[in-house]
Amino acid sequence: MASQLPPVDAVIVGFGWTGAIMAQQLCDAGLNVVALERGPWRDTATDFATGFAQDELRYMWRHHLFQNVSYDTLTVRNNTSQDALPMRHLGSFLLGTGVGSGGVHWNGQIWRFLPSDFNARSHNAQRYGEDAVSGDDLTVQDWGVSYDELESSYDAFDKLCGTCGKAGKLNGKPQPGGNPFEGNRSSEYPNPPMAQTLAPTLFGEAATRLGYHPFPHPTGNMSQPYTNPLGAQMGACTYCGFCEKFGCGNYSKASPQTTVLPYLMRKPNFVLKTECEVLRVELTPDRKRATGITYVNSAGEEFFQPAEMVVLSAYVLQNVRLLLLSGIGKPYDPKTGEGVVGKNYAYQTMSSVNAFFDDKILNPFIGAGALATVIDDFNGDNFDHSGLGFIGGAYIAGMVTGGRPIEMIYTPQGTPDWGLQWKHAAAKNYLRSFAISVHGSCMSHRGNYLDLDPTYRDIHGRPMLRMTFDFGANEHRMSDYVTDRAAEVARAMNPREIKINRRTGSWSVTPYQTTHNTGGAIMGESPSNSVVNKYLQSWDVPNVFSLGAGAFPQNAGYNPTGTVAALTYFSAREIIARYLKSPGPLVQA
Amino acid sequence: MGQTANPALPAHPSTAITPTSLLSQPIPDATPNAVQLRRGQYLAAVGDCVSCHMRPGGEPLAGGLGLKTPFGTIYSSNISPDRDTGIGAWSSDQFYRAMHDGIGAHGENLYPAFPYPWFRRVTREDADALFAFLQSTPPVHYVAPANELPFPLGIRAVVKGWNLLFLKSDTYQPDTSKSAEWNRGAYLVQGLGHCAACHTPKNMFGADKSGQDFHGGQLDNWVAPDLTANARTGLGLWSVDDIADYLRAGRNMHAAAGGSMADVVSYSGSQMNDADLHAIATFLKSQPARPDEALAGPPDAGAMRRGAAIYSDACASCHLENGVGQPRFFPPLGHDAMLQQDDPTGLLHLILAGSHIGVSNAAPSPLAMPSFAWKLSDAEIADVSTYIRNSWGNQAPGIDASKVAELRKKLDLTRPRLTVNSGDRK
Repeated sequence: MASQLPPVDAVIVGFGWTGAIMAQQLCDAGLNVVALERGPWRDTATDFATGFAQDELRYMWRHHLFQNVSYDTLTVRNNTSQDALPMRHLGSFLLGTGVGSGGVHWNGQIWRFLPSDFNARSHNAQRYGEDAVSGDDLTVQDWGVSYDELESSYDAFDKLCGTCGKAGKLNGKPQPGGNPFEGNRSSEYPNPPMAQTLAPTLFGEAATRLGYHPFPHPTGNMSQPYTNPLGAQMGACTYCGFCEKFGCGNYSKASPQTTVLPYLMRKPNFVLKTECEVLRVELTPDRKRATGITYVNSAGEEFFQPAEMVVLSAYVLQNVRLLLLSGIGKPYDPKTGEGVVGKNYAYQTMSSVNAFFDDKILNPFIGAGALATVIDDFNGDNFDHSGLGFIGGAYIAGMVTGGRPIEMIYTPQGTPDWGLQWKHAAAKNYLRSFAISVHGSCMSHRGNYLDLDPTYRDIHGRPMLRMTFDFGANEHRMSDYVTDRAAEVARAMNPREIKINRRTGSWSVTPYQTTHNTGGAIMGESPSNSVVNKYLQSWDVPNVFSLGAGAFPQNAGYNPTGTVAALTYFSAREIIARYLKSPGPLVQA
Repeated sequence: MGQTANPALPAHPSTAITPTSLLSQPIPDATPNAVQLRRGQYLAAVGDCVSCHMRPGGEPLAGGLGLKTPFGTIYSSNISPDRDTGIGAWSSDQFYRAMHDGIGAHGENLYPAFPYPWFRRVTREDADALFAFLQSTPPVHYVAPANELPFPLGIRAVVKGWNLLFLKSDTYQPDTSKSAEWNRGAYLVQGLGHCAACHTPKNMFGADKSGQDFHGGQLDNWVAPDLTANARTGLGLWSVDDIADYLRAGRNMHAAAGGSMADVVSYSGSQMNDADLHAIATFLKSQPARPDEALAGPPDAGAMRRGAAIYSDACASCHLENGVGQPRFFPPLGHDAMLQQDDPTGLLHLILAGSHIGVSNAAPSPLAMPSFAWKLSDAEIADVSTYIRNSWGNQAPGIDASKVAELRKKLDLTRPRLTVNSGDRK
């Protein structure tokens, strides 16, 4: 029997980026806010001090910062003809946990989607025909919000994080040195780009020679000390090369800890409870309104937290799962195509090219999470897809995030995976090789979806989430095409040799790719084909908001966090401007 | 961390009372004697009442903090307006008597751990305002633990003898030869600010050593550094703005307020107005420089060589090569007064245990130095301390490993401390 707590204005489920940003916005508007996080509190100097944060065995291999899959995991399969089995070891994606969550262990790669990404369906249908967006079981949809509407929210996140880069389009005017394809920016980046090391510089020079338009990757790793609008301070990055999968001990990676929590934790109208897992959202008998949430603490005691608003910010997978467990919205059935919750799950289509030099020392251990020179010439609809048989694209990045010994020893084609030959190849090539990343979009398909597993349950007895996903023909064609372009740039750098690592076959959960899971709680213009409206408000239960990349109808060729945060600001601003004054649907269906 | 039963944590966000909210929440105009209450609220920040009269996890002003004096542990009293356990039944005369004479409500002597030798300088009007404010805060029913003092110090009457010998001050009298700003600074520093309570060395009776005002002191295994104009160990290289910045934000171009000063920034300096912070800085800058002793000979070459290597490995990631640091973030280490104190306890404490710095609404990032007790041995800490104390313009005696060992034991850091996140997951 759950004990009932005093009511609050808003309860926030999960405390990563979206939870922290939404909590800060709502608290500044005067609401009493309680946030619940299933994982532990994380503090920079205690939990990732520079003296031990760079421990690859502990963090990269043994997944110290990540979700414990023996408590909770999901089941995975490629298609409905298979039985889904539990993912017993993190691989393809590394699910976060704890305060800050992905914002602690990410690389700090901050992107905006292209204006055309938000109308992926209508834009591509207009240019390439209807079959381009619905053939081959594609279920591409428009988002229901435009880049222009989101621009000031993107800007807010850039200022929060102190994003370092060079604008390509500023107040309508093209800017040399930036991304010529990007959507318009209303202000320059808050900080200048990071200093590019040799490998990204050579990549940029080769790309220029081929007629492309290289620019520095926007970074959430600070190029100089920065104080953000909330008064939070970040230090300059030391290029230690231990970014993704690690916490930053220098306060130089944008995270909730460095950017929001110093401000938010001081607010008397905010309470954070850690090691408390939300079991479900509670609804009124007519299921039209949430009354609050039920959670369990680390002692196994259950509590009912009444709240006027419930904000789901527990990551796309838990958000969709909570919607399904709580009976909010109609679950998607891939056979009939009916229902919306779980629909249009997508991912990221990754490949890479390694380049090996004899005549250059690249010092890959000098790295940072977003240290790269990028070309966007083959992303989105930045190029003519006529006759190519796919939509979408990828950015190509000459990237040096580090030279970590377990994960980042590159050896040429044909080198055995272990033994004396491997050792010789590793030693010979370590200082003289690097990887060019191809970071590709992933369209939604009818058969890629999330639902509740019929067999497997977590330690609380709740059904696990089941993920049914595979790359479609569209993704393979796109990836092959852009990988070939990446290989051309690699060859233009005049290495001794290159090695092309394509994305082949079915999606496998084993090799790490990205933790860019999207969809399942998608946004859209109508409740007939989406779960939330443009303000991330549930069509079915207007006092429930589902934040995060679950809202993406399909995934573009960029890291999701910038867009996730922009959507959060966009939602928060509308909640404060309209919803609080008059609670109810913000968009008429 | 586990959720412990904590009376200071609110069951509901809107009932939260934090020291910051107590000291900064606006007092409505309609409140009777609002002007006096606002003055008292401000003076409670100046006097930094909260830093002593609040125990970890306890309500502000309810007391219970154990102050580890050289004579034993003395627990701060409950100064909330609870009638039974606090000062709720007191009169303003009784409060003034405590502040001015160190006499409690029942005529008993108060120990000078309550810094009445400095609070003596406070005017009656200010004391009344402070009293009125304290009486307006939420009453908390709490009885502090009994003091842990060896015989005969547990008998309060012994303080009468102490007062006879050492209580020399009285209500502040302006020095007409100095500016109004200097006098305001003197009144604040020598009165409610009670800076000398930590920053002046004490004799064996715990009283100020005469003629050594602001030469530095030691408390609770931290060092309160020299605040005179000495360029090596004091504020000689700091400007008035630097000092004001430090007190307000806990960080300036030279240093960061860690250790015991963190709370002073959070609950006192950050709540004070710029004019007063400048006045304090002006007064301090006028203090004659502490005379330098003859400096020690050059440090041990082996220690310097080993220390440089340890510095590169363990310290340079934040303080950067050549000790340049990142100002207002990771303090630069060259020409650094904190590093050059005769007593290295503060430096060693910092390296062993780490520290968060003081925070405020203006500068909320809780920047911290991590603990190195688990990573560096006594010899390594001694060597790297010797190195930084003698590099980049610094000059101070080298450190012996035995001193580190002694402090490590006092701080109970001989074994690594595991946090929730440090071990294998359960």
